[in-house]
Amino acid sequence: MFKILQKTIATGIVTTKYPSEPAQISDRFRGRPSFDFEKWTDARPAEEVCPTGAILVCDDGDSRRVTVDYGLCVFCGLCAEASADRAVRITQEFELASAHRRNLILTAEYLLSTDGTHRELRGVHQRLVDLEADADQVGQQARERIQKLLKRSLAIREVDAGSCNGCELEIVALNNPVYDLERFGVHFVASPRHADMLLVTGPVTRNMELALLKTYQAMPEPKVVVAVGACGISGGIFGKNYASLGGVDNVVPVDVYIPGCPPRPQALLHGILLAVGRLGEKMYMDSSA
Amino acid sequence: MAQFFETLQQRFGAQIQSISAEREEEIYIFVSESDIRTLIEYLRNEFTARLAAVFAEDRRCADGVFFNYYVLEVKGDPRYLLVRTPVRADHAEFLSLSAELPAVNWQEREIQDWFGLKATGHPNPRRVALHDNWPDVHPLRKDFPLETVLPPFEGERHIYRPALGEGVFQVPVGPVHAGIIEPGHFNFAVAGEPILYLQLRMFYTHKGTEKLFEKLPIPKAVFLAESISGDSSFSHGTAFCQAIERAAQIEVPLRALIMRTILLELERICNHVADIGAIATDVGFVVANAHATRLKEMLVSLNERLTGNRLLRGMVCIGGVRRGWDAVQLGSLRATIAGFASEFRDLVALIDSSESTRDRLEQTGVLRPEKAKDLGIVGVAGRASGMNPDARRDHPYAAYGRYSFRVPVYQVGDVSHRMQVRVDEVNESLGILRSATEESLHGECSAQVPPIPADRCALSTVEGWRGEIIHWIRTGPDNHLERCKIKDPSLNNWPALVEAVQGNIIADFPVINKSFNLSYSGTDR
Repeated sequence: MFKILQKTIATGIVTTKYPSEPAQISDRFRGRPSFDFEKWTDARPAEEVCPTGAILVCDDGDSRRVTVDYGLCVFCGLCAEASADRAVRITQEFELASAHRRNLILTAEYLLSTDGTHRELRGVHQRLVDLEADADQVGQQARERIQKLLKRSLAIREVDAGSCNGCELEIVALNNPVYDLERFGVHFVASPRHADMLLVTGPVTRNMELALLKTYQAMPEPKVVVAVGACGISGGIFGKNYASLGGVDNVVPVDVYIPGCPPRPQALLHGILLAVGRLGEKMYMDSSA
Repeated sequence: MAQFFETLQQRFGAQIQSISAEREEEIYIFVSESDIRTLIEYLRNEFTARLAAVFAEDRRCADGVFFNYYVLEVKGDPRYLLVRTPVRADHAEFLSLSAELPAVNWQEREIQDWFGLKATGHPNPRRVALHDNWPDVHPLRKDFPLETVLPPFEGERHIYRPALGEGVFQVPVGPVHAGIIEPGHFNFAVAGEPILYLQLRMFYTHKGTEKLFEKLPIPKAVFLAESISGDSSFSHGTAFCQAIERAAQIEVPLRALIMRTILLELERICNHVADIGAIATDVGFVVANAHATRLKEMLVSLNERLTGNRLLRGMVCIGGVRRGWDAVQLGSLRATIAGFASEFRDLVALIDSSESTRDRLEQTGVLRPEKAKDLGIVGVAGRASGMNPDARRDHPYAAYGRYSFRVPVYQVGDVSHRMQVRVDEVNESLGILRSATEESLHGECSAQVPPIPADRCALSTVEGWRGEIIHWIRTGPDNHLERCKIKDPSLNNWPALVEAVQGNIIADFPVINKSFNLSYSGTDR
C-alpha cells in the first residue's frame, strides 16, 4: 500500500487541461486537410490517390464540381502530397465534430481549361469554418448543462457496430488519467437503460444492425446518438457492401458526427461535449412541451 | 533441406504433380485432392510441420477449379511450404482435416461458408463465418458481386447446444458487452459459479474485407489492411506491403526495414502494456491500470510524433515507409524509450508486490500445452502454453535478422504466465529498439514501385503483438488483386478461450478473456 501511494505521489497530476487550454499536440499530427480553392489548379491527382473517395471530381463539359467530404476522410495526407500546387495543406485541426452531416462536406465549382486543369473558381460552398464554436466554449457550456440538466452526470453507452477497434482504443483512452472524462461528470455505463448518449463506431455490419437498433430502443428519452470516425459517419473505407450497411445514420438517427480515423481523444471529447448541447436542447424541448 | 525434398520425392514421388519455388522462402507443392491427408500427416509426423493456415481461392475462370492451400512450416526451416490441391467446381467438396487437426476447424468452415465448398467428414460442419440466418450465398466466389444487396434476415437463428442437468443454466452475453469492447456472443453453461462449457459466436463485425481487397487498387488497399484490426494497424499494413513487395520483387531499402522494425516493436509494447494494465483492472487493481494507461499514452504520443497518427497509420507504404525521421524525432524516440523502460520496471514491480493480484492470476484460465498444440495456438497465448513459433526469429522479415532477442516460452498456460510473456516481450522489444535506434538511418525511405505484374502469388507473415499474421495474395491485372487472404492470430486462438475457461468461475471470465485479448474485427474481417 505504501508503495502504491509513493508511486502515485511521485507521478503527480498528468491530466490534460484541454478544453480549457488548447491541446498540446505534436506538429507532426495529421489533422484536417485544408484546401486553398483559389490556388488549386487541379483536383484530379488528389482524387486519384484518396483511399476512401473523400475527394470527388465531377466534370460536366468545361465545368467541374469538386467535393471534399471530411466524413469519409481518413487523414492520410496523400491529397497534400499529390497536389503539386501546394493548394492542399495538412493542418493540426481536429475539432471537426458537427451536428450536421452536410457541414462536413465542401464543394467548389471550377471552369476548366482544355487540359482539364482549373481555369477559374466559380464558387465555394463550405460550412465547416462557421462550425459550432471553439472547444473551450463548447466545454464550458457543456459543463453548465451537465450540472444543471443532468444533475452532474452524463451516462454514455458505447456500441461497436462493426469497427476495426481503432475507435475503441481512443474511446478507452478517454478514461485514462490523461484525458479523464469523468472530470466532466461523463462516464460509460454497462446498460443502455442507464444511458443518455449512444456512442457508435462502425460501419454498421449486417450482423450488428439488430443489436444496434435494440440498444437504441432500450435507451430512455431524451437521448442523443454520436457517430464516431469515418466508418461510423459514412462507412469509411468499407462503404456499403453485402456485409456492411455503411454509416450509423442508415440505421439510427445521428445527432453528432465526429470525423477521424480514429478521432483522437480530444476530438472525441469535443464531439461528446457538443452532443451534450444537443441533449440539453432536447431536454429543454421536452420540459417545455 | 535438400534431403527433405529427396525424402519427399521418394515417399510421394508419384503423387506430387510439381514442386515450384515462387521465391526462396516459399515452396509450392501441387498434389491431387486424394493425397492431401496422407501428405500433411506425413509432414507433421516426420518433420514436425505445423499447419499455419488453410484457405481457398476461386480459380474457376482461369483454371476451371477452386484451389485449397495448406500453409505449413517445418521446424528450423525459414521456408514455408504451400500445398495446393484442386477442388472441382462440379463436385465442390474437399476432405476435412479437422478431426485430426482441430486447429483448422474454423478455417475449413470459413471455406465452406465463403466459397461453398463442402468439408466432408467435418465433425462440426455448421456455419461459422456467415450466421445461420444468412441466405445461401458464398461471397468470395467470383460470381458474387461485392455490392450485392441481400434480402432481410429470415431463416433459423443460431441454435446453441443445450446444457442439461440439475442446477445447470445458460448465461447468454453479447454481442453488445458491458465494457467498451468489440461485439461477439458468449453462451456460458454454468453449474453454480463454475463454467461447464462456453460456446462462442463470432463474425458480428464481418464487413466483407477480403472481398473488398479484390476491388481496391493496390496502393489504396494498404489503408484497408491498416483497418483489419485497429490495434495491429502497422503489423497488418506491413504484412500486406511485404506481400506486394515479394510479388513484384521490390527491394525495400534498409532504412525503411529498420524503421518498420522499430514501429512494429512500438506497436507491440503499446498493446502489451495496455493489456498488463487491463488484466490488473479485471482483478480489481485499478491503480496499476492507471499507470499502465499513462505509459501507453506516452507511447501513443510518440507514435504520433513519429508517424503523424496515434495508431501508426499512414506510415507504411509499398516499397518502404512514407517519410524518414529527422534528428528531433529520433531524439524523441530514444528519450521516450529510455523513460518508458524505467517506468515499466516500476509498473511490473507494483503488480508483483500485490499478493492479492498474483493470487487471482495464478492457476486461473489454464490452457494446457497439449491443448495449445492441438488447437494451433499462436503468439502470446501460445508461448504461455509451450508453443514456440515466432515469425521474427523463424522467418526473419524487416530488419529482425540484425538484432538478437529471446522468445519467452512457458508451460503453465495460466493468466499469470500470459501476463509474464507480455512483460518479457516488452523487455526484449526494448532491447531491439535500443539496438535499432543506434543504427544510422540514412538513404532512401522507399523503393521505386514498378507496375505490379499480374498473376503473381506471395505469402507474407508478420509476428504482430498478438501473434502470427498471415497475408497471401494473388495479383491481377491493372494494379488490382485477384485474392487477398488475411489470417489474424485471433482466428485460431478463440477456441483456446473455450478450453481455458472451463472449470473457472464466471466472475473470472473477463480476466481470462483479457489475458488472450483477441481481435474480433481481425477474426471477422
